[in-house]
Amino acid sequence: MLLLAVISLFVGVSNVSPAQLMSGDPLVWQTFLVSRVPRTLAVVLAGVALSIAGFILQLMARNRFVEPSTVGTVESATAGILVATLLLPGAPVVGKMVVAALFAMAGTALFLSVLRRIPLRNTLVVPLVGIMLGGVIAAVTTFSAYRFDLLQTLNTWMIGDFSGLIRGRYELLWLVAVLAAVGYICADRFTVAGMGEEFTTNLGLDYRRTMNLGLILVSLISAVVVVVVGSIPFLGLIVPNLVSLLIGDNVRRAVPWIAVFGAGFVLTCDIIGRSIRFPYEVPVGVIVSVVGSALFIALLVRRGTGAR
Amino acid sequence: MITLENATKRYGTTTVVDGVSATIPGGGVTSIIGPNGAGKSTLLSMMSRLLPLDAGTVHVDGLDVSTTPGRVLARTLGILRQENQLTVRLTVRDLVGFGRFPHNGGRPTVLDREHIERALDYLDLSGLADRFVDELSGGQRQRAFIAMVLAQDTDVILLDEPLNNLDMKHSVEMMQLLRRLVDELGKTVVLVIHDINFASCYSDTLMAMRDGAVIHQGPPEEIMTPAVLRDVYDVDIQVELIRGHRIGVYFA
Repeated sequence: MLLLAVISLFVGVSNVSPAQLMSGDPLVWQTFLVSRVPRTLAVVLAGVALSIAGFILQLMARNRFVEPSTVGTVESATAGILVATLLLPGAPVVGKMVVAALFAMAGTALFLSVLRRIPLRNTLVVPLVGIMLGGVIAAVTTFSAYRFDLLQTLNTWMIGDFSGLIRGRYELLWLVAVLAAVGYICADRFTVAGMGEEFTTNLGLDYRRTMNLGLILVSLISAVVVVVVGSIPFLGLIVPNLVSLLIGDNVRRAVPWIAVFGAGFVLTCDIIGRSIRFPYEVPVGVIVSVVGSALFIALLVRRGTGAR
Repeated sequence: MITLENATKRYGTTTVVDGVSATIPGGGVTSIIGPNGAGKSTLLSMMSRLLPLDAGTVHVDGLDVSTTPGRVLARTLGILRQENQLTVRLTVRDLVGFGRFPHNGGRPTVLDREHIERALDYLDLSGLADRFVDELSGGQRQRAFIAMVLAQDTDVILLDEPLNNLDMKHSVEMMQLLRRLVDELGKTVVLVIHDINFASCYSDTLMAMRDGAVIHQGPPEEIMTPAVLRDVYDVDIQVELIRGHRIGVYFA
């Protein structure tokens, strides 16, 4: 992971190499500090937080195949940004983020309440419901964007991209680091909640409150990442599932691994995206989608042919 | 000791548990028996505060289950429902460790570790401790869950049909284990059970329910009689004394 981070620091259009840094060229240093360092930090932060958000959501929904982009959280956050852009065009980024977070919470809460009303909680029905819900929200958002001539702008949130992240435009992402840390501190609660309402009550924990905390964490993380970077689908799905296969789900042990894997995965995808069509860039969202969907299908097939 | 006073549960216009007042003595095995739909599981859920009461009160060791904070109650009373499907992938030791949650809030101490190992040992799970729960057989899984409730170290343990999905061998082992919990560790065990003969052989008290009410309660000698069983199940059941146990014969 560290190695990937170092590589990420030195991949880019303008030539920045460790040797040049050592020689103290001020222009090189400027590129390094203003663009490369923030970008790498942003990649790591987003990767860590989204993976953890996906994991918490999976525990809450008691289903392995959900993550913020398959339950409508991301779509709702995007809708929130659009509403904020239309109604409060002058609002600062933080303002948009708050609106996006509120929408994300509403969307996720809607999904969870729909889930409670489905009598047959088939493993595959749950993500399908989420994807449909997200589709409806996305459709309304796209239509409104089309009517208001904002489709271009909308695209920048729909497809995650780190290329525009320079110093001064990524700092909001530190917020998700805090949120991810809160997720880690409350880790056991989410594992307990993942065992079901009756289990949770038996162990003396308030189920509803735990669910609300998770809802807030997941929604805030998704909203911040969508506002700053854009949507990075499948990340929160792939990483926790891989870690679960390897070491299981005890949150306290799994979360550090999820964080490392998440950061590493996004770093790799971002480096690929920057190298594949050099000197142009393919947005990281696209790369993650391609790699992620392939892994997702592999996981589904594995589950399908497995013991159960 | 569990004291129920006028405990009532309604779903819409149907009353599932109808003003039950009863006392379950501490330190013994009490089996709740009765036909399907008698309200047995509902009553157990009410005792354990998983289901809120519509009227009446339940006290467990003096604590009112409706008003006592969840975490305090979780140190007095542990419950295991029949369906325990884990979507979370945990090892047996991790699962048992969560039984300590009410005591440590997720930060295990040395004392907790001792409790966990003792519970694993007691249920003969030490060899399986590092296996994932979803890789175990039905009987092993059931034991893992019981170990969790045991690690919770509560005086009162409530079990909803613990013999479900167990074969004869494992059923006998489970009942012997519950007996040991009472005889060796002084626990109070309350279970819902369908097999009247298991109930008869291993219980100190039988509590017979029908139509949401407790209609008979007493030691097996009093309850395992053709007259009482006819009253409870509407079936003619002969009772034979075999090796000191009262066995109901109802198969033909």
